[in-house]
Amino acid sequence: MEFLSRPTRNLFFTGKGGVGKTSLACAAAVFLADQGKQVLLVSTDPASNLDEVLGVTLGHSPTPVPEVPHLFAMNLDPEAAAAEYRERMVGPYRKLLPPTAVTSMEEQFSGSCTLEIAAFDEFSRLLGDATATAEYAHVIFDTAPTGHTLRLLSLPSAWSGFMATNTTGTSCLGPLAGLQSQQTFYQQTVRALGDADTTTLVLVTRPEVSALREAARTSHELATLGVRNQHLVVNGVFHAADTSDAIAVAMERSAQRALATLPAELTQLPQTTIRLSANGVLGIPALRAIGRGEPLPISDAAVDAGACPLPAGLGSLIDDLAAPGHGVILAMGKGGVGKTTVAAAVAVALAQRGFRVDLTTTDPAAHIAATVEGDTLPNIQVSRIDPQAETAKYTAEVMHTAGSALDDPGKSLLAEDLRSPCTEEIAVFRAFAQVVADGQDRFVVLDTAPTGHTILLLDAALAYHREVTRQSSQMPESVEKLLPRLRDPLFTRVLIVALPEATPVHEAAQLQRDLRRAGIEPYAWVINQSLAPLVVTDPVLRSRQLHERVYIREVTTQQASRTVLVPWLPEPPVGASQLQHLLV
Amino acid sequence: MTTLQVFDKPMCCSTGVCGPQVDPVLPRFSSDLEWLKTQGVQVERHNLAQEPAAFIQNAAVHEMLATQGMPCLPLVVVNGHIVGRGGYPTREMLALWTGVGRTADTLPGTSSA
Repeated sequence: MEFLSRPTRNLFFTGKGGVGKTSLACAAAVFLADQGKQVLLVSTDPASNLDEVLGVTLGHSPTPVPEVPHLFAMNLDPEAAAAEYRERMVGPYRKLLPPTAVTSMEEQFSGSCTLEIAAFDEFSRLLGDATATAEYAHVIFDTAPTGHTLRLLSLPSAWSGFMATNTTGTSCLGPLAGLQSQQTFYQQTVRALGDADTTTLVLVTRPEVSALREAARTSHELATLGVRNQHLVVNGVFHAADTSDAIAVAMERSAQRALATLPAELTQLPQTTIRLSANGVLGIPALRAIGRGEPLPISDAAVDAGACPLPAGLGSLIDDLAAPGHGVILAMGKGGVGKTTVAAAVAVALAQRGFRVDLTTTDPAAHIAATVEGDTLPNIQVSRIDPQAETAKYTAEVMHTAGSALDDPGKSLLAEDLRSPCTEEIAVFRAFAQVVADGQDRFVVLDTAPTGHTILLLDAALAYHREVTRQSSQMPESVEKLLPRLRDPLFTRVLIVALPEATPVHEAAQLQRDLRRAGIEPYAWVINQSLAPLVVTDPVLRSRQLHERVYIREVTTQQASRTVLVPWLPEPPVGASQLQHLLV
Repeated sequence: MTTLQVFDKPMCCSTGVCGPQVDPVLPRFSSDLEWLKTQGVQVERHNLAQEPAAFIQNAAVHEMLATQGMPCLPLVVVNGHIVGRGGYPTREMLALWTGVGRTADTLPGTSSA
């Protein structure tokens, strides 16, 4: 790893879930500690498997790693920190306030903003307080603050705003207003991130078009904020050892194609390529191998997949999905798991049975949508919700209404609040509500769904409007009726889409918990891009195939009441005929 | 000096930006409060999500919330007495309750309800 030849004191690893941030952060930490430097490795993943990777039980303070002298590691858990904070704020009032008030208060502390700020708070405790880490030559984090958080904390009005009792709003920082004593730490942390002499941002990505695009976006956003010392790591580049393995050859080619069109923002960065590992990166020897740029030995000894039959294909769901004759089907999951593909395949299958189907996609490329439409299926109609356009429309509306009464610092704070992850969710949600209403007389298939948090906020807002004004709110009928529709298992079926790997399964489980909080029970899980049902001979792929079993079993036994499996494809299917292959 | 306190329902911010819909009343009410301040009224605003303690400390507010539940919010309190509940008052009402601009024929910048 090139960035380790002259490493800065702080290293932040960033990238979307499942790209291998934690493994690479561990490998970097072991590499530096092996050179005799005191290293502190910090994981902020709520479901951190750092203990497993390093083979040591870690806590919330630095713990020595016996196999690697000079290496100390710790787990920070922003979810637990946010929950702790929520309890500190709400707990004392449980007996004093009516239950509806308590529930409503709790929901205000359950958004993604709270988690983001809580994570930053954890960073700051370590980075902003020089004495906390004085004894370490290097501090390595397996995540990095988002651009939204950094911008918010850089605005003076964000601080003056909630330091004083104000009347014009306290922004996304509101939920953590109780932490204002940390202001100095926060500002030092923001400064440290922009200092190229002390801090490197390692962008971790995979050789896939969508992942590279996401990395380019992050790179650009953070560079704009002054975090310019960036390094790109493309993790999981595969070279087929067995060229008679058609899957292996296709996989190699698909990665090469993605890398051939590397976005401009990324071509300027120093770059490291890491080979696709045959198995989960576990144990110090594996981490040392990565640090030295060697391939991992293939070891399947530790895999206990047990006797777990493979789930049936996506096609096995269609009869049951079609049974009501109309309704809404939502494919939900994190970015890059193939929601659009799954939604399109389901839509095509229903249309082929003669049902009228609307397929609505939020996919920016809308590649599949275009090709489905091009095909000759008369009863399928494709429409698009453009998240960017919806967000822009919503932002303009809010700036015009809520923003007009504010002074300039207030306006810039409001504008930054509107760049929060919640805003896009809400903006898309409004378009979403209209589409769902159409599910009364036909099938509506969407590649998105609101999170439980958004639904609960809406629920609270609607209940409040009804009770207070004793009349219907200004919300359109489609929004008023949305919640009962989403909660009706005969009207709405949610498909959770996930990849058969540790972090993606964990992230999907989080989505599911969040939906359940809002009273929505997912109908089935779709495990996408699985090697398990394919015939592969390449040793690396065979090993990965075996390791997938662990996560498939986790989904079928712990998460889903019903699971289907979609095989790995070298590229997203195009047109109705290719989508049909997914339904086998 | 007249003190006006507003006890809001739980919101993550008093503009309501983070909710599923921006309530146009909220920014209007915020600017009305700003205006009230310029008229010499001491204005305090408490959000249930962020300052629950304020709702407990005021016995009348606590009692109202305990017996009537959330629909009583927002509560408007002038010099310790609850004068408005369950809705955001207009600028005229605020002026009336706080005795602001009593001598004036018209209220500057009056907002319509």
